[in-house]
Amino acid sequence: MSEQIKIDVKDLTVGYGDYVLLHDATYQVNSGDIFIIMGGSGCGKSSMLRVLTGLLPPKKGQVSVCGVDLTDASDEDMQTIRRKSGILYQSGALFSSMTLAENIALPLQQYTDYSPAMIRDLAKLKLALVGLKGFDDFYPSEISGGMKKRAGLARALALDPDIVYFDEPSAGLDPISSRNLDDLIVELNRSLGTTIVVVTHELASIFAIGNNSIFLDAASKTILARGDPKELLKNPPNEEVYEFLTRGEKK
Amino acid sequence: MSINQQIKNVQIGFKNNRVQIAVCGAFVNVNCEQHLQAVQELLSGGGRAISIVPEKLQRWDSSLLSFVYEVSLLAQSQHVELDISQLPDNLKELINLANAVDRKPTQQGSSRLGFLEKICKKTIGFLKSTGSVLGFLKEVICSIGRFISFRSVMRRIDFYAALEDCGPKALAIVSLISFLVGLILAFVGAVQLQTFGAQIYVASLVTIGMCRIMGAIMVGIIMAGRTGSSYAATIGTMQVNEELDALQTMGLSKTDFLVLPRMLALILAMPILTMLSDVMGMIGGAFVGIMLIGVPYQEYWKYAFEAFTLKNFLVGIFHGFCFGFIISLCGCYSGLTCGRNADSVGLATTKSVVCAIVWMIVMTGIITVICQELGL
Ligand SMILES: Nc1ncnc2c1ncn2[C@@H]1O[C@H](COP(=O)(O)OP(=O)(O)OP(=O)(O)O)[C@@H](O)[C@H]1O
Ligand SMILES: [Mg+2]
Repeated sequence: MSEQIKIDVKDLTVGYGDYVLLHDATYQVNSGDIFIIMGGSGCGKSSMLRVLTGLLPPKKGQVSVCGVDLTDASDEDMQTIRRKSGILYQSGALFSSMTLAENIALPLQQYTDYSPAMIRDLAKLKLALVGLKGFDDFYPSEISGGMKKRAGLARALALDPDIVYFDEPSAGLDPISSRNLDDLIVELNRSLGTTIVVVTHELASIFAIGNNSIFLDAASKTILARGDPKELLKNPPNEEVYEFLTRGEKK
Repeated sequence: MSINQQIKNVQIGFKNNRVQIAVCGAFVNVNCEQHLQAVQELLSGGGRAISIVPEKLQRWDSSLLSFVYEVSLLAQSQHVELDISQLPDNLKELINLANAVDRKPTQQGSSRLGFLEKICKKTIGFLKSTGSVLGFLKEVICSIGRFISFRSVMRRIDFYAALEDCGPKALAIVSLISFLVGLILAFVGAVQLQTFGAQIYVASLVTIGMCRIMGAIMVGIIMAGRTGSSYAATIGTMQVNEELDALQTMGLSKTDFLVLPRMLALILAMPILTMLSDVMGMIGGAFVGIMLIGVPYQEYWKYAFEAFTLKNFLVGIFHGFCFGFIISLCGCYSGLTCGRNADSVGLATTKSVVCAIVWMIVMTGIITVICQELGL
């Protein structure tokens, strides 16, 4: 496998119990991509992300992340992958019993040998990077939804990950915060070369940041289209994709 | 709404194999079931076309909409021509909207199962859940092992918080309930014992009863309702907020991080609470014995202390210890296996309390049998 391919998915079937959401999905995410997973509500985008992050075992097929096959990875391999990836959940998923600084310190404590003072400084820095300077000692219940998202991002970035996954980063954010988050994502990608996987159905974000994508379809349970979203808009391969990318205009 | 009025709202005629439906007047809150049936009967009696026409139609609401929609579905299924062109425009638009379903739901609704199938499904479900409980138990034991060898990732602050919650904060309620239980025990006993003039033995009755078992059981039930349920609710809510996912993807063990501090706190607190309960129960008994039955103060305590044995006391404490384990296990397990919506948090809470109480009683039975065998 070449160094260029970060995530390699082959013949993947995603589902819960007997219920299949997607079958025979095959795609690759290259290093340095901003990769968009898009599709209508309920088509299994979040579930796909859960498979990529090892939370949901695939029903069939192979998923390898950074060259490690998730289906039969050893514990050490899993730890390495976890260290290399950061995840921003749909709701932020901050631990409500800890302050923001403690939330961000947690992965650092788990995976590094830094001294407590160093960890505290790093947590402060990461919070400042996402525009939350001075909120170190706030609890998640004391900040707004958008701030929670940003704090969640700071936690995802704590370990300088190679891959960052985002589940609907702009859902529930005002246009400006959403734009700022997009800028942050692009900045991250440009300055650190981080590979980024974003689940979203926010058209503005899709065109602003994405340079590769797959389009999932609930009816056929397959990948209906792939490629740069801007190209897809220019040459839509089928009606569904065109409709989606133009907010429901018929061809 | 009276039948008369309904008849006024819908008039159905049948001419040349054509079903004529006239909708009239103020069509609000009309129950159209009978009319639908009538239309259906006419169709099976040879109707080839349906037309719906308004007749002095004034206001109308969703009941008309639903009636027209149902008739249109009926027409579709029977391949019968339907004419609604004379209905108001906005109504037609709404009907078009309702008919414009572009996608069928992809998930099959739960279909009805046969009896045998149901039993098999339940059995498989039961075996699976037993497996997952055993898996959880194993994880917890590994976690305790890691804790003993100083390798667990438990945060000490979580442990202190849990300990505060199930220790100092539970003292008042445990004291009150135990005092009352001692009181009741003494009262019920005294009524019987008085008939033999043996009311002095109330002291022994209360002491043995509370120390050996009642203290532990009362504390167990209180803590299952108070602390076990809160464990389930807290952890269940973390599931809903994706916090458990975040823990897992960070590579932190859920049992180390969430279960261990709570379990250790409860296992530590339960024996102490049991002791408190024993004492409060005895005081409650004394209150009845001395104040109400009139047993002399010194007599009462003399008998009470004579009845008190270390053996009974330790068996009671051991019960408390086991109950602590059971309550925290049930609470945390229900929380960790909770679904992803608010509803399932409620279910998890209920499950944790029911399971804890059932297993505590089963455990009491087991310990009693073992003590019997060992002659304790
Ligand atoms: N734990 C689960 N068990 C069973 N079915 C589930 C579970 N989680 C999700 N589903 C089903 O999977 C389908 C897809 O869910 P998923 O969350 O992946 O959708 P999504 O594409 O992220 O949608 P959205 O854009 O609304 O977030 C849903 O229809 C849901 O019914
Ligand atoms: Mg989703």
